[in-house]
Amino acid sequence: MNKYLIKNFDWFMLTTVLLISLIGVITIFSATRPLEEGGHSNFYIKQFIWVFIGIIGLITVVSFDYVWLGRASYIIYVLGIGLLLATYIIGRAGGGAQRWISLGVFSFQPSELFKLCFVVMFTRYLTLIKAPLSGWAVIKAFLAFTALPFFLLLKQPDLGTALILILLFAFLTLIRGVKRNVVFFLLIAGIISIPFLGNIFWDELRDYQKNRLVAFMEPDVDPSGIGYQITQSKVAIGSGKFLGKGFLKGTQGPFRFLPEKHTDFIFSMFAEEWGFLGSIVLLLIYLGFVYRSIDTAKNAKDDFGRLLATGITFMLSMYIVFNMGMAMGLLPIIGIPLPFMSYGGTALLSNFIAVGILISIRARRFDLFY
Amino acid sequence: MTERKIAYVITLIFLVLGGRLFQLQLIQGNELRRLSEENRLQRIKIPSPRGVIYDRNGIPLVENMPYYCVILLPEAADTVDIESISELLGVSKEDVQKKIEDRKPFEPIRLKERLSMKEVAFIEARLSDYPGIQIEVDLARHYLYGDVGAHVIGYLGKLNPEQAKSPGLKDIPAEAFIGQWGIEKLFDDILRGVPGEKIIEVDALGRELRVVGEVPTVKGKDLHISIDIQLQKEAETAFGNRAGALVALKPDTGEILALVSRPSFDPNLFAKGISPEDWLRLRDDGRFPMLNRALQSQYPPGSVFKIVTAISALEKEAINLETKITCSGGLTHGKWSFRCWKKAGHGTLSFHDALVQSCDVYFYTAGRRTGINSIAEYARELGVGSPCGLELVKGEKPGFMPDENWKIKAKGQPWYQGETYITSIGQGYVLMTPLQVARLISIVANGGYMYDVTLILPEETPKPIKRLNISQKTFEILRNALWGVVNEPGGTAHSARSKIVEIAGKTGTAQVRSSKAGSASGRFGDHAWFTAYAPYENPQVAIAVLVEHGGHGASAAAPIAKAAIEAYISRHLKAGEDE
Repeated sequence: MNKYLIKNFDWFMLTTVLLISLIGVITIFSATRPLEEGGHSNFYIKQFIWVFIGIIGLITVVSFDYVWLGRASYIIYVLGIGLLLATYIIGRAGGGAQRWISLGVFSFQPSELFKLCFVVMFTRYLTLIKAPLSGWAVIKAFLAFTALPFFLLLKQPDLGTALILILLFAFLTLIRGVKRNVVFFLLIAGIISIPFLGNIFWDELRDYQKNRLVAFMEPDVDPSGIGYQITQSKVAIGSGKFLGKGFLKGTQGPFRFLPEKHTDFIFSMFAEEWGFLGSIVLLLIYLGFVYRSIDTAKNAKDDFGRLLATGITFMLSMYIVFNMGMAMGLLPIIGIPLPFMSYGGTALLSNFIAVGILISIRARRFDLFY
Repeated sequence: MTERKIAYVITLIFLVLGGRLFQLQLIQGNELRRLSEENRLQRIKIPSPRGVIYDRNGIPLVENMPYYCVILLPEAADTVDIESISELLGVSKEDVQKKIEDRKPFEPIRLKERLSMKEVAFIEARLSDYPGIQIEVDLARHYLYGDVGAHVIGYLGKLNPEQAKSPGLKDIPAEAFIGQWGIEKLFDDILRGVPGEKIIEVDALGRELRVVGEVPTVKGKDLHISIDIQLQKEAETAFGNRAGALVALKPDTGEILALVSRPSFDPNLFAKGISPEDWLRLRDDGRFPMLNRALQSQYPPGSVFKIVTAISALEKEAINLETKITCSGGLTHGKWSFRCWKKAGHGTLSFHDALVQSCDVYFYTAGRRTGINSIAEYARELGVGSPCGLELVKGEKPGFMPDENWKIKAKGQPWYQGETYITSIGQGYVLMTPLQVARLISIVANGGYMYDVTLILPEETPKPIKRLNISQKTFEILRNALWGVVNEPGGTAHSARSKIVEIAGKTGTAQVRSSKAGSASGRFGDHAWFTAYAPYENPQVAIAVLVEHGGHGASAAAPIAKAAIEAYISRHLKAGEDE
């Protein structure tokens, strides 16, 4: 880190992210506290340690010029695919016994790192080819970079990441620019493939995931009480009222109504204890972060930086929106963690690295020497 | 300008999220706060009524009876006062403690099952003092005919550890009962249904306030089986307390009308979870009530096997209807002598009389002329040595048919002529199950068609699996002789002669080579066989009866078969049925 970098370092962004992470740690602390006297589970300690590891990751990324990311993007992508394949082959150790606590959230989740590898690689690729893209170029890009990881993710199954991947692909190609007839073609193709993909999706889903979707569509038909989970999440949020029940006063979490109270439903726990006021403040911090990322994209010095920052912004925003929408009962529960807050080391680290890339792009925005 | 558009969209979405927060926390806040503080949402399982099993005439064999148990809600498990609960329920403290420790996450804990109505009333009245305790109703199976047909209908039980691991059963709650035996097990997935759920809101005292949501139960499908329960009952009654088996088939479809194995057991013992004492009593009973003798026991068929010998000898033209053989009470082969059961001898006999009087010497000779390999060939064609594939129990015995090759392979010795003799009259190595004997007599009755035996009432007339390559002439000669066995003077089964219906059949006695030689009691006496079909002209029922240690077929087994046949046929005559 030279002086120049420190001068242009985006302290605002780092502050928002650290703030959210610390809110996350204390919410995990509260959500996992034992009801009676006894040992407090050490999730919050682990999360705290991961925040530190994340910061180290972030600083490391910032100290490199992101142009190198572009140059190494293919290697990065192949490594990412390798990780996914390894997961597929080795299988997910650590499931089973604790399954009801961590529905698909494990100590190491290659898919969490992969999504980042994908964004880096794909934005690099898009900046190298001629825009606007023809229909063939879009199809080629899909088959070359997206199809394989998409199916690997479905197989895991990591529905959330698979969905985000497809959305990223569509969003980035559109942003890069496609010929007018391609927009039309993509729409038609999308509509046609919905039932087909829907079937593949449906077949790959585990029972609990099917239940979630069914429960969301028809809360009355509730094969395994997922509707009960949605209800309880809404009860948790709503019962916070204006000021919240207060820190360590939430009942819905320790009462253990939700297996994912400290992962996918962390927001419900937070909203219960901090109320409307706290939740709005949290939303505003997130919004501030998103605006800053958008600004970073706008001011990037080159196409690659701009598209990369846009991609990362879009990805993190999707996570935030999907997760909160899920917790509030606006969207079906598909197991998407809340960036910087949900318990989970791999996700935290990869999100910090993503922020590191954003800061790196911003810090070098005046840098005109390649 | 793209960045600006993205910012607009994101802002809009965040506004929606904020709006939703406003709605949940400010508009519905009071109500949701009330729910979270004072109330608990509770999920109550509604048991799915298991499908009813009916007999072929639509008579129900089982019903579902409500039964009650006390459950403890999981969220109360850590704060509950074990001492007072054990007093309330009259269960030991250790027992309650253990159940709480062994619980599964998020599942209610069953503390006591099978409550009497009196206990239900007693606990109901005191529920408010015990937060987290509830009474749950479930359905238990009640078997209307008790031990009649128990081996067919089967019983229910809780998942055993092995089943809990199987993929098809993983969604079944630990306390659920599933079919563990017989039809109940075989068609469990059809009968089972899917339990429903009611999500209710309760107040701090556990009183139901309102129903929040409901998942309807899916009732199990009913099942019609081919058993005629009245016939089954009459057959079992006819056995008295003797051990043995009876199988009755419809010769023109392969449907099983009755399948008896005595002694039996009462499946109602299992209905609400069998007590350890009852289970040990059943398991260790020296008379093996849990053994399905109709399929799981194989016996030497004795003279019943002469049917097979006759078919192969006639088909191979080793003998014909006119062949006469003289019986002087036995014959010798080298240093061995083979006796006829009639020491004085039968004199000179034709085939018909030989079968009617069950002359051993005639069949020794017929067997010798035919040769063991030909007998084995026809025996296998007629199903000896191959199981009927009835999946009612694990381990249906296949029976056994020896031949020269087997002897060399298995024993390293050549086949002896003497072994052909004893095989010809159904002794020695040859073994059959009562079910196989019933299938054999069905083939004779219907003129050479082999059907799949089945316990399910078929929706359309079943087609035979194969037509045996045996001439109708042979069957006619044989059927004529079987009629004689029952209806002619000197026939061995005159005890089966009926005023109501013409029966044709064959007796048999299977020698028991007891390891406890010299034990004088009847326990090791010979097994008695009788197999028959009726009416002679238009066979509607084919039957095989085995009475363990019953002595002679004619005295022990034939009356049982006659009683069952008469009961079945007379009811059909009354009903004016002519199938």
